[in-house]
Amino acid sequence: MKRHVLHPLWLAIGLVGLILLARHFMVPDDFGIHGDSFTYNFHRLGNIQEWKDFPVKYQGRESCRECHKDNVKTHRRSPHKNVECENCHGPSGNHPDDVEFLPLNRERSLCMRCHASLEYPNAARSDLPAVHDRRHKRKRECVSCHNPHDPREDVE
Amino acid sequence: MTCSRREFLKEAIGGTVATVLPLSAFTFLTSAEARAAIADSKVRWAFLVDTNKCVGCGMCVKACKNENEIPYDAPVTRTWVERYVVTKDGETHVDSPMGGRDGFTSSAIRDEEIDPENIDKAFFVPKLCNQCDNPACVQVCPVGATYQTGDGVVLVDREWCIGCGYCIMACPYGVRFFHPKYKVADKCNFCYHRITKGLQPACVQSCAFGARRLANLRDPDDPVTKIITTERVAVLKDEYGTKPHVFYLGLDTNVR
Repeated sequence: MKRHVLHPLWLAIGLVGLILLARHFMVPDDFGIHGDSFTYNFHRLGNIQEWKDFPVKYQGRESCRECHKDNVKTHRRSPHKNVECENCHGPSGNHPDDVEFLPLNRERSLCMRCHASLEYPNAARSDLPAVHDRRHKRKRECVSCHNPHDPREDVE
Repeated sequence: MTCSRREFLKEAIGGTVATVLPLSAFTFLTSAEARAAIADSKVRWAFLVDTNKCVGCGMCVKACKNENEIPYDAPVTRTWVERYVVTKDGETHVDSPMGGRDGFTSSAIRDEEIDPENIDKAFFVPKLCNQCDNPACVQVCPVGATYQTGDGVVLVDREWCIGCGYCIMACPYGVRFFHPKYKVADKCNFCYHRITKGLQPACVQSCAFGARRLANLRDPDDPVTKIITTERVAVLKDEYGTKPHVFYLGLDTNVR
């Protein structure tokens, strides 16, 4: 064959080889089809474990009960029983190992999430006890009168 | 054309080698490996949202952002709650300020006060990734950075994602966004780190009203699976053929 055909041909083959070589070193070993579909299961296998290892922050009420027995007990019997501790107190994460005290949020806005009056027919929201934020004791914190762990009780 | 015996053998052997060589690129599986590759996983995660129960407190959005380290004040979120108010004149007013992160505490929608007398119906609709069976977002990824796991959850490989944003455009539900810190695509993964440990997703745990629940469709005894299979549930944008796995109870036709 003529040189003007062979030269670009070798160049092209060399380039492809170079790319394949680079690919060999740059693509991790666990990259491939992990499942039955090339379209949906083509990925780096190790990433699944990386996501599994993501740290958990919301530990749930049961972990609070280990130390805060009384509060959890009161709370369990109250109309607020379905509200998780961490909804208001924030994610506990590694508390008390890393963070000794969780920040205490006493803001009205926290209560207003459920108890701000919205007059909606047929909506579950309308079934909750509600106040008009602007009309009901505007300057005071809700928790200065109502006990959030058991709202049936008044704060002395 | 003449051909000597020597030439014929040479060409025949050369040809055979040239055809067989590319075959070595294939992996040959033993029958056990092949069976394992196509075996059905014992888990297929799905989600049930009961829009009748949602009160729009936004605790799920708050919990999700904290749990998954999504910058709290950035206007991006893995899950959000939409408020729909349908008025008597047939108009539908929709809003989701900050994705409903701070709950819905005002009756004004986009600064427009709506007279309660004029409201026909109003409801809240939580939204999250549908973990589709045919995820459009995965099909368009040019680098294999997003994929479906054996249990049906679609994940994003943060190390492999190049941030091109094709998947963000491809998702018909708009659940994907660009993570402002990691500069990659991000989305809800049903709190994969929690559900694989036997915990509930953060949004499910934080919902005081039972409006959000996780199901394993492969477990016939799962109470949530029973609801999905025996009650009348709907999915969003069925016509796209993505086979979404977030099921809704009480879904209104106004929800898009």
